[in-house]
Amino acid sequence: MEGELAHIGAGLAAIGSGAAAIGVGNVAGNFLAGALRNPSAAASQTATLFIGIAFAEALGIFSFLVALLLMFAV
Amino acid sequence: MATDTTSAADAGQAAAGPGMPQLDFSNWGNQIFWLVITLIVIYFVLSRIALPRIASVLAERQGTITNDLAAAEDLKSKAHEAEAAYEKALIDARAEAQRIVAETKVGIQADLNAAIATADEEIAAKAAAGEKVIADIKANALDSIKVVANDTAKEIVTAMGGKADAKTITAAVTARMKG
Amino acid sequence: MASEAKDGGGLVFKPMDQFNVEALFGSGPIGVFTITNVTLWLALSIVAVICMMVLTTTKHSMVPSRGQSIAELAYGFVYKMVEDVTGKDAVGYFPYIMTLFMFILCANFLGLIPGSFTTTSHFAVTVVLAMAVFVTVTVLGFVKNGTKFLGLFWVASAPLALRPILAVIEVISYFVRPVSHSIRLAGNVMAGHAVIKVFAGFAALAVVSPIAILGITAMYALEILVSFIQAYVFTILTCVYLKDALHPSH
Repeated sequence: MEGELAHIGAGLAAIGSGAAAIGVGNVAGNFLAGALRNPSAAASQTATLFIGIAFAEALGIFSFLVALLLMFAV
Repeated sequence: MATDTTSAADAGQAAAGPGMPQLDFSNWGNQIFWLVITLIVIYFVLSRIALPRIASVLAERQGTITNDLAAAEDLKSKAHEAEAAYEKALIDARAEAQRIVAETKVGIQADLNAAIATADEEIAAKAAAGEKVIADIKANALDSIKVVANDTAKEIVTAMGGKADAKTITAAVTARMKG
Repeated sequence: MASEAKDGGGLVFKPMDQFNVEALFGSGPIGVFTITNVTLWLALSIVAVICMMVLTTTKHSMVPSRGQSIAELAYGFVYKMVEDVTGKDAVGYFPYIMTLFMFILCANFLGLIPGSFTTTSHFAVTVVLAMAVFVTVTVLGFVKNGTKFLGLFWVASAPLALRPILAVIEVISYFVRPVSHSIRLAGNVMAGHAVIKVFAGFAALAVVSPIAILGITAMYALEILVSFIQAYVFTILTCVYLKDALHPSH
């Protein structure tokens, strides 16, 4: 029984990955919108873009990790 | 996998550890040990061999490019200098030519003036001599005329039957000639 | 999934098997000095770094060959990153950052070779990398700035009432840094490889195998991108943290 609950929890935790995907999409989309308005400033901000994506993605990775822990370690 | 530990063990997996090999802490020491060695090796390979070498190649290339650019700049300025020198030589030559022309002109003018002066002098001298000769001839002619006139007058007077007074005749002739 | 394998008959999903640490010689228990597949692939990543950065540049050519221009590109890429993100005074830490970048890049790409072992998919590896950065940054911050380094947590521009709360948040986020730093790398690499393995499991079913192989191909392409981006992200975050240590003015 506990194992089944853990699997359900893992599936719920995996929703976080989707949330992170929304976040990453937000970052990239807004960057693109800004870049199209001011293309000359875009090149200097790609590093910031990647840092932003990395931070947004990190939280998704946490939820993925929770899912993995529930699946394999609990 | 982890739900069915017996089957996992049967499958020959890491039987003792959890289903995720990453969370099997029994082999962390092994991984960390080899990782640290790897990182140290890579660090020394990079910092002692690769990075100084690439840095030197990049610096050398940058230096070569800078040198070439400087050399090109140098050559360009040299070309400009040569052009300026050529222009200057041209201007100098032109000025020299003008100077020579002017000098020659002045020389010729001087010669001409001198020649003209000499010629004028000669002409004046010749004219003076001529005038003198003419004056002489004139004087002679006057004298001759006086003589002739006296003689003629005397003869005429004689022929007329008069008594030729030489002194009177001469006076008369002289008076006549003056008038 | 093991139970699924039993039920489904043909389908066998073992996406995590590829991450097993095994001794190369013999089958005894894995001690600290045992030569394992981890050792092998870490050694291969050293070989890859040497091939990429040392062997290509032996000629010192003024006009670079292909290999040399790759080495110069990697050098210029990381050098510019350090200079732009951390500042000109951080150039002294460039070999350290270059080491991290080259190791993660080579390990990630070696992991993409089918049948290989991905060292960067293990938390043991990425935690060491992230803790190395964390410890370096913290020690450097205190050595260079003394107690002024604590100003990093005390947001002077915020209203006074908010500052303690913000300080708590800042401290937490500071200590979460090595966690996210390490889990991001290992999680990305592991997730990609596991997904490829899951697709590979589906490929055993003849009906869906074309789709599965297509999926493997697509995931593989994405993994190539992810391998580079994660190396880049890890490096640039190291630069950002290092900047905090050198100039903690916030």
